[in-house]
Amino acid sequence: MDTILFLAFTEPDGSLAKPALEALGAAVAMGAPLTVGLIGASVAGAASQVANCGAARFLGVSGEEFGQSRYATDAAAAEAVARAAGATIVIAAASVRANRALPGVAHRLNGAIDTHVTAVAGGPSIARWYYRQRMEAAVGRTARPWFILLETGCHAAWSGSPGEVSVESVAVALPPLRTIVTGVRSPQSGVETIRPDARLLFVAGAGWTKKQADGQPHPREATELILGFLNKTHASLGGSKSLVDLSGEGEAVLPFMTHLNQIGQTGASPRHPKGLSTCCHGEEPHVVGWRFVTERRAVNLDPNCGWARGKADVVYVADAFEVMRKVNALLG
Amino acid sequence: MSYHIVVCGGIVPDPLQTLEPVMGPAGPSLKNETMLPAVLDPWAAHALFEAANLARNFAGSKVWLVSLGPKAKLQQVMMTVAQKAPFELVPIDGPAGAFTDPVGVSGALAAAIESIAGLDRQRLLVFGGWESATRGAGATMQMVGERLGIVDQFQGVDSLAPREDGSFEILERIEGGRHQVSVCAGPPALVGWATGSLPEPRNNPQVGMLNMRTIMPALQKARAANVAGSAPQFLSVTLPRQQRSTKVVKDLSTDEIAREIVAWIKED
Repeated sequence: MDTILFLAFTEPDGSLAKPALEALGAAVAMGAPLTVGLIGASVAGAASQVANCGAARFLGVSGEEFGQSRYATDAAAAEAVARAAGATIVIAAASVRANRALPGVAHRLNGAIDTHVTAVAGGPSIARWYYRQRMEAAVGRTARPWFILLETGCHAAWSGSPGEVSVESVAVALPPLRTIVTGVRSPQSGVETIRPDARLLFVAGAGWTKKQADGQPHPREATELILGFLNKTHASLGGSKSLVDLSGEGEAVLPFMTHLNQIGQTGASPRHPKGLSTCCHGEEPHVVGWRFVTERRAVNLDPNCGWARGKADVVYVADAFEVMRKVNALLG
Repeated sequence: MSYHIVVCGGIVPDPLQTLEPVMGPAGPSLKNETMLPAVLDPWAAHALFEAANLARNFAGSKVWLVSLGPKAKLQQVMMTVAQKAPFELVPIDGPAGAFTDPVGVSGALAAAIESIAGLDRQRLLVFGGWESATRGAGATMQMVGERLGIVDQFQGVDSLAPREDGSFEILERIEGGRHQVSVCAGPPALVGWATGSLPEPRNNPQVGMLNMRTIMPALQKARAANVAGSAPQFLSVTLPRQQRSTKVVKDLSTDEIAREIVAWIKED
């Protein structure tokens, strides 16, 4: 029978974030003997937070050097916890830290890993996507330990009352540290446009930078309309590859748009309850970034737009400039 | 300071192609896989462009491209890629599709890197994409680093800026559309690139001709690799079947459309 290690990196305030609680929910749902492993500057708060999850053991690695998101320390800590737990399956949230460090840990333990997992089922087996969300596979493995990194929004978060719990401290042998984390930098534009927890994803296509009915492009008005909409709705902003490429090539288009906004192809595959696409054709391969957006609407002048072929719920055949101007006015 | 930069980059089906999985006795593959036109993996391409730019700015640096794929496909892709940047190809003859495992692939890549004559480990930067457009796991490069004994690893990198003391500043993508800033003491290091900040270089036929002088002999001598690793069992591989019944709204005024969108946004 498999045994489970739920592995998590704590937040700067010592707690566990929602994606970690979702991964814990998936780990608990497997119904196998469970160990909790926590890594961070401080783990006591996180241990209390999940004290009543049914785990038989709580293992922890804590200290200032483990508060930083860095491969050398994260991999060493995760390796030590996984060895101490001796579990056959390790479940963690697919955070930046876990995605960076745990493949190396799986290699150190002669195990296997699946990342960007969207479901865990009995057997056990997992579901994940291949070829940039263009096909889905159900996968099983005999190799152990098997690391499973669960994407956000794919399982109900564990919830329960906090409690008191004793955390076993795990010793870690660190290699010489040659990397120092010095901080976090926001996009140069200074405009926050990526909001993973937003209910709405607003996607701007390259049409915003093209010549309009008067024969001229209007990037300044496009900027005002898009940023105005984002400010009013607190939506997250995505962009088609063609649009962010234009910005990257130094053209005076939408200055706040960077490759970090890109969805599909080499961009992100965000999960939002709703998505509104404007001036974007929504054709393969661009559409792959929308695979996990639940409700989808689009505004496009072209009635033959790719969104009209079974990808969006509603396509409005209209001028996005005019529509968004009025939408912003209605939003007040 | 000069660098020995090894870029790991696979080949993937052209993203404009329609892909369809088929199950065979050896597991899943793509329908007509051998017929599909291929391109260098987009993230690996960014890594290659960044490597070439770094090498151009630091005299004495050199770039190798380690690529795993069927020989014939590699040759086809190199006809274009070779015109983008100067590099020496280290080809590995093997499968390029998504349905392999990073354990086996990383073994083949690491072995190829270790076989490069004259590679200076103290100047070594191993580049690659932070994910691929095939398996998209973002796991292979970390395992390559582990096999080469490199624990200074970075993923989702958009910038690597060398400093005068030999260290370099790295920007890695983190949650919320931000970058984590780190300073690494210097090589050896492993860098999984996101998109970086460089546009795709224009084709340069002269660079292409120079590259092809070494690429063709290297392809002829490419060794076959076993990438079986800890192969997963594929229980099913399917295309998403969800087809939405799209309502195409042509006859509403702009005011009505705006009202409808606002009402939809405000719905719970």
